[in-house]
Amino acid sequence: MTTASPELTQDTSTTEAAAAPLRSSRSRLEEALLPSLVALLVAAIVGDVLILIFGQAPAAVFRLLFEGTWGNSYGFGQVLYKATTLTFTGLSIAFALRAGLFNIGAESQLAAGGFLAAIVGLLLPPGLSWIVTLPVYMAAAALGGGVVGGAAGQLKARFGAHEVITTIMLNFIVLALLSFLTATHLKVPETLHTKELESGALPRLSDFFASFHGSAANVVLVLAMIACVIAWWYLFRTRRGFELRAVGLQPEAAEYGGVKPGAVWTRAMTISGAIAGLGGLNFVLGYKHYYEEGFAGGAGFLGIAVALVGGTHPLGVMLAALLFATISQGGLAVNAMVPKQFVEVLQAVVIIAVAVSVPEVRRLLRIQRTRG
Amino acid sequence: MTALLFLAQTLRIAIPYLFAAAGGVLSERAGLIGLTLEGYMLSGAFAAAVGSYYGHSAWLGVLAGIAGGGAMALLYGVSAIRFRADQVVIGIAINLLAIGLTRFFLRLAFGSSSNSPRVAGFGGEQSGTGFLALVSNPMIWLGILAIPAVAWVLYRTPFGLRIRAVGEHPAAAVSVGIPVTRVRYGAVLFSGVLAGLGGVYLVLDQHQFTDQMTAGRGFIALAATIFGRWDPARVGIACLLFAAAETLQIQLQGAQLLPSQFVEMIPYVLTIIALAGVVGRAVPPAALGKVSGE
Repeated sequence: MTTASPELTQDTSTTEAAAAPLRSSRSRLEEALLPSLVALLVAAIVGDVLILIFGQAPAAVFRLLFEGTWGNSYGFGQVLYKATTLTFTGLSIAFALRAGLFNIGAESQLAAGGFLAAIVGLLLPPGLSWIVTLPVYMAAAALGGGVVGGAAGQLKARFGAHEVITTIMLNFIVLALLSFLTATHLKVPETLHTKELESGALPRLSDFFASFHGSAANVVLVLAMIACVIAWWYLFRTRRGFELRAVGLQPEAAEYGGVKPGAVWTRAMTISGAIAGLGGLNFVLGYKHYYEEGFAGGAGFLGIAVALVGGTHPLGVMLAALLFATISQGGLAVNAMVPKQFVEVLQAVVIIAVAVSVPEVRRLLRIQRTRG
Repeated sequence: MTALLFLAQTLRIAIPYLFAAAGGVLSERAGLIGLTLEGYMLSGAFAAAVGSYYGHSAWLGVLAGIAGGGAMALLYGVSAIRFRADQVVIGIAINLLAIGLTRFFLRLAFGSSSNSPRVAGFGGEQSGTGFLALVSNPMIWLGILAIPAVAWVLYRTPFGLRIRAVGEHPAAAVSVGIPVTRVRYGAVLFSGVLAGLGGVYLVLDQHQFTDQMTAGRGFIALAATIFGRWDPARVGIACLLFAAAETLQIQLQGAQLLPSQFVEMIPYVLTIIALAGVVGRAVPPAALGKVSGE
C-alpha cells in the first residue's frame, strides 16, 4: 500500500546481508510459531469471556476441560480418535495448499471415502482378517475421495474454474448424492446407516492397551501418522513434490521452468481428495463398522484450521489435529458447566486469529528487522 | 389458481435468496468473496429472534437482525481489509463462528439447544400460506426490492461506480482518488445487512429460530451470484429459478419424478457448469479475493 522510504529499504538490505543465515532461520521460526501462539491467546481470552457470560469460573472450566481430555485414558483415547480424522483432513488441505490450491471439499471427500469403503465392505465375504482386507478398504476410500478431489482439479486445469467455488459446490452435490444412495438402496430401516460390515473391522487401541477401554481410538491412527510421513517425503524429497511446491509458489514461473501447472493441479487435488477419503476409514472401519450419513460432521471444515495452525507442514498438522481434537472432546467434558457449543466458537476464533495474525506477524517482524 | 399458488410459493422460497444474493453481488463486486453470506444470514436470523422475542415487536427483530448481519460483516471486513487475512479462510471461519455463537447464545438466551420460543412476526397469529399473508408481509416487499436496489446503487450512483472500480482495478481506483478501503467497508457492511435480512425473513416467517435454520441458503445465494455472473438482474433471475425448482419439487412430491436430493443439487451443478464456461463463461470481478492489490 505504501512504499518504504529509500533509506529504510537500504537499511534492510545491509542488516539482512550482515546476519543473513542466523536471522533468516530465527525469523522463519518466529513467523511460523507466533501466529499460532497469538491465536491460542486470543482463543483463551474469548473462552474466558464466554464462560464468564455463562456465570462460571474460567479456571474451573479449563481444569475440567483438561481433566476430561488428557487427564484420563478414556478421554485421551477419544482425543486420539478425533485427531485421527482431523489429521487426514488437515493433511489433505495442507497438501493442496502447498500446490497453491484451497480444497474446501474435504468434507465430502471424507464422506465419499467412507461411503465407498463401506460399499466394498458389504461386498466382501464375511470373516476375513483385517490384514487381508485393509489394502482393499484403503484403495476404496482413497478412490472415493480422490475422484471428488480430482474432479475439482480437472475443472481448474481444463476450464480455469476456481477450486474454492467448485469444491464447495461439490460438497453439496456429493453429500446429496450419497444421501440419495443411502436412503434409497442401502440404509437399515429407521436409521441413517448401512448394514454392519462383516469383514475387516480394525483393532482398537484398547485391544493393546486395556486402559483405553471404551474409547474409539483405533489403528487408523497409525495410518494417519504414516500418511503424514509419506506426504512429507513426497513434498520435500521428490521431484514431483518439488514441482508441486513450485506451482504453488508461482505457477507462471514453474511453467517457464517446464512444469505443466494444469497437470500438477489435477494431481494435487486427486491426492488431496484421496488423503481426505482415507480419513473415512477411521469411522467406518475403526469405530462403527458401517457408513452413516453425516459421519463427517464438519471434520472437513475443521481440517482447514488444522492445516493453517499446523503451518501446512505434515508434522505441524499432526500437532494441530491433537489441539483441535482436544478442544472438541473438551467441549463434551465441560458440558455440565457451560454449553459445549462454546468450543465451536473457540475453534472459529482460532482460525480467524491465525488468519489475521499470519500477515500481521510477518509485517511487524519486517518492521522490527528494518529498525534493528 | 395453481399457477398463482406456484408463484406465491416460489416467491416465499426466493426471498431469502434474493436478500443474500443482493448482498453477495455487492460484496463480490467490491472484491470481497461472498463465502460469508451463510454466516450473515444465520446471525441475522438469531438476532432477529432475540430482538423480536424480548422487544415484543417484529420491527425490533428486523433492526436486531440488521445489526446481527452487520456485526459479522464488520468482523469479516476488519479481518480481510485491515489485516489482509485470507478471505477464504476468514469466510469459512465466519460461518463456523456464526453456528457456534448462535448455538451458545440459544442456550443462554432461551435455555434450549434446538429452537427459540415463538416470536412475534408480521401478519399476526393466523399467518398462513395464503396470498393475503404474502402481500401483507413487509419483508416480502423488501426482499423483492433488494436486487433492484443493488442494481440501482451499482449502476446509477457514484458509490456503485466506486464499488465496481475497486473490484475491477483497485490500483486505478486509488490513482483517481477513490478511498478504496472505505468503499470496501461500505460494500461489505451493506452485504452483511442484506444477507442478515434474509435470515430475519426466515425467523419472522416461521415465528421462531431453529438451530442452523439457514441450512445452506447462503451458499445457494452465492451460487446464484456466480451463476448470474455478478449482474444484479441475472442474479435475481437465478434466485427465482432455483426457488422455482424447489417449489416444483415440493408440489410434485407425490409424483416422485425426481428425488429431492437431485433438486437440491440443481443450483450447485448449474454454478459449476457456468464456471466451467460451457455456455458463456462466468468471469469474476478482476480483483476478487485480492484485497492487497492496490
